[in-house]
This record gives sequence, structure tokens and C-alpha cells, in this order.
Amino acid sequence: MKQHFRTAWKHIRRSPYQSLAAILIMFLTFLIATIFTLVAGGSQIVLRYFESRPQVTAFFKDEATAGQIDTLKAKLIQTGKVEETKFISKEEALQIYREQNKDEPLLLEMVTANILPASLEVSIKNIIDIDQVAGVLKNDTTVEEVVFQEDVVEALYRWTGSIRKIGIGLISVLSLVSFLIILVIIGMKITIRKSEIEILQLIGASNAYIRAPFVLEGIIYGLSGAVLAWGLSYILLLYATPFIIKFLVDIPVLPVPYYFILIVLGIEMLAGFIIGSLGSFIAVRRYLK
Amino acid sequence: MVKFENVTKKFGETTTLDSVSFEIEKGEFVFVIGCSGAGKSTLVKLILREYLPTEGTVTVDGIDLLDLRRKEIPDYRKKIGFVFQDFKLLTDMTVFENVAIALRILGEKQEDIDERVETILDLVGLKDRKDFFPSQLSGGELQRTCLARAVVTDPDIVIADEPTGNLDIGIARQIVDIFKKINETGKIVIMATHNFEIVNEVEKRVIELENGKLVSDKKKGKYHIS
Repeated sequence: MKQHFRTAWKHIRRSPYQSLAAILIMFLTFLIATIFTLVAGGSQIVLRYFESRPQVTAFFKDEATAGQIDTLKAKLIQTGKVEETKFISKEEALQIYREQNKDEPLLLEMVTANILPASLEVSIKNIIDIDQVAGVLKNDTTVEEVVFQEDVVEALYRWTGSIRKIGIGLISVLSLVSFLIILVIIGMKITIRKSEIEILQLIGASNAYIRAPFVLEGIIYGLSGAVLAWGLSYILLLYATPFIIKFLVDIPVLPVPYYFILIVLGIEMLAGFIIGSLGSFIAVRRYLK
Repeated sequence: MVKFENVTKKFGETTTLDSVSFEIEKGEFVFVIGCSGAGKSTLVKLILREYLPTEGTVTVDGIDLLDLRRKEIPDYRKKIGFVFQDFKLLTDMTVFENVAIALRILGEKQEDIDERVETILDLVGLKDRKDFFPSQLSGGELQRTCLARAVVTDPDIVIADEPTGNLDIGIARQIVDIFKKINETGKIVIMATHNFEIVNEVEKRVIELENGKLVSDKKKGKYHIS
């Protein structure tokens, strides 16, 4: 095996530009794969964050009684589409208002619990049912106003779906291109070393012996591309972290857990190994046939 | 050990070997002679299983080469040491590495490889050239490297196709002397050549080919140019 590694390394050194091209295309594929994985993962967290927040808020009329509110709650639960409800009384609303405006004493002076409405925050199991739940609230006589973030969540759904689809499409195309480039580059290297292979065959080398350094070469390209791309993506992520935190404020996207980063590295190395070895294996197999 | 039975080899309409039969026993030294195009190289390549006969059978060590499957060819070739007229050395490897590769193919351990390569380079007189690349060697040294690679695996049969073709007579004699030493260890040596001077000096069995036909098979003695 040591001998095959030495031979593979020699092949790489002897044609540095071809080797560089192979590593670069693998690097590009994995760089895009890593970026899309991180973006897809992040957007999923953003979506979950919005989903976990109350999606519909109903503000009650002043004359609404506790009994009427309980009846409305029961009606919502009966629909089977509601995850949970949370009643915010006038006093609690004032607390929240005070917390939000603690630096504005003028605003605090002018507001009392009486002028703030009591409300009901509703979390929905499935965002698709938001219209139906909002409809139940709107039709209730005790409800003054219904506010819901339909557009935000729907837009996020569309975005995450699109990111996933574009990512999968792009990664598939680039993986195919990487595979074909490995096939072509190893094929070119075989052509250059045609006489060497012929000599080895004449002195009794098996196909496996001839194939081994070329397959190892393909694996080296795949692994190098994967590790380099992962490394650069990680550096970019660390660099961008302060900006992302500033932009997303409360949404807990960062830090990305270490295990997730390592899983990405593991999967990319495996993919690099498969693309590199398969591409070179097929190239040598075609020649030896 | 090597048996040709009515072997004919055709390439399209051209017949390069025509119904050739002979048998070579263990420990024999055989010259295959003839002018260019007589069929010497075809005969040698048939033994190496580079070609298959169009008719007849070639048997080596009891194996009918027609029955040999593709994946069995490498193992079969490991039993044969082959010396080429154009040396066929790997240009990016040193003399030592060129000889060692034959043992690496067999999967030998590094210590054994070092020892055996040193011994064989000593035999062919190339110990002081072991770190040289083929481009730094003379014709005779290249041929001796090729010879060392052929015999380092201790094969049963050593075949040479015009091994002295590119060498002057002095160097050719040195090469043939090494072949004689190898033959004295009990191995079959088959040498295809048109160097009649060498053939007459060595006085071994001579198979003569002419236009693909076997015209004479002298067990021993001088070959007289007609």
C-alpha cells in the first residue's frame, strides 16, 4: 500500500496542473455543498423559531368576560389545530409594555392597564391552518382584532423550500461534473503512462496492482477537495458570525453545534472518497478492458 | 515444459507462424534464429501469452495457454522472466527500483526485496549503478537491468527477444554470458536472435525459422550460415 501511495503521489507531482484542476473542481463542489447545508440548516432553525412563536393574537373587547374567553379557548382546542393558547390579561399586557418601554418614562406615565386590551396568543400545530384558526377568532363577538403573521411564515416556507431545491440541484450537477472531470483527468494520466502500464502487464502485474495508484490518486483529489472546502466554509462561518448574530437578533441560529460541523465534514469526506474512487476506478477499468 | 504443437498464427491474411512444432525441456538453452520477419517475435509473444495461436496449441508447464483466462494471465506471466530488445524499463525509476518492481508485484517484503535485488545486481555487474536512472545508462547496462528484472523473481523460464540487437559484440557477449549462468541454475532460456556470431560461440540448441516455418531444429552445435 505504501508503494501505491508513493506512486500516486508521484503521478500527482508529475502533472500538477491536471491535479490542481481536479482538486479545484472537487473543492468548488464541496464549498457550495457546505454553504448550502449551513444555509439550509440555518433557515430551518429560523423557520422553527417563527413556528414556535404564537402565530395568531386575538385582542379582546373590554366587556369580554372570563367565561366567554374560556369558551373561546375550548372552541379553539376542539378544532384540533391548536398547539397551545396563552391568555394575557390587561395587567400582564401593562407589564410587557413597561418592559418594552423602560427607557421611555414619558410613554410609561401615560399608560394604565385599562387602556391596554387583554389578548389570547395562539400557537398553531400546522401553519397551513392559520386562516381557519384566525377565522374562528374573528367570528367571535368578544374579539376586537386579530393579528397574525401569515405572510412571514409562508414566505419563510417558500424560501427554505427553494434553498433546499436549488442546493440539491446544484450539488447534484457539480457532483456529476466532478465525477466526469476525475474520469477525464485520470483517463489522460493513464494515456500518458500507457507504456508504463504495458510494461507492468508484461512483467505480470495484476489489474488490481495497476489500478491501485490511480484509484488512490482519485481518492486524494476527493478528500483534499472535501477537507479544503469544509475548512474554508468553517473560516467563513466564523468570520460571518458577528454579522449574522447582529442581523438575526433573537433567533438562536448560532453558534452552529460542533457535532453538526463534524457530521458535515464526515459526510463530505465520504462523498469525496466515493466520487474520487469511483471516477478513477471507472477510468482505469475502461482502459484495462 | 514448453510445447508447440502445429502452431499457426495469422494476422488477417498474413501468416507469421506456419504449423510450428517443437518441445523444450527443463534446463535447456535454445536459440530461435531467423531473419527479420521470420516469426521469432511472434513465437516469443505466443509463449508470453500476448498472442493466441490461430491454430494448434502452446503448452507451458502443462498449461494450455488457450485455456488461460484473462485474470489468470498475470499469475502465469510471473513464472516467466522476459528480456526485451528495447529494454522496456520505467524511465522514472532507478535501476534498483526497476528491478525491485518485479518483486513488488509478487507482494514480497521490503527486506527480501532489498536483499534479492542487491544479489541480482551484483550478478549482472550493476551494483554501483543501482541509483542511476535509465537515461544515465549505456545500452549494455540497460539490457543488464532488464535481464536483472527478468530473473530476480526466480522464474522457471527466461525469454529474450533480440536481447543483443542494439549492442556491440563485446557487450552482447557479456549479456549472453549472464544468460548462460542463469541457464546453469536449471532454468529454460529461450533467446530469439539474428546474431549468428553469438549463436555459433555458445553452441546450444538452435531452432531456425524462415517465413514462419520451422526449417531446422539442431540439438547442439554450430549454426552455419547458408
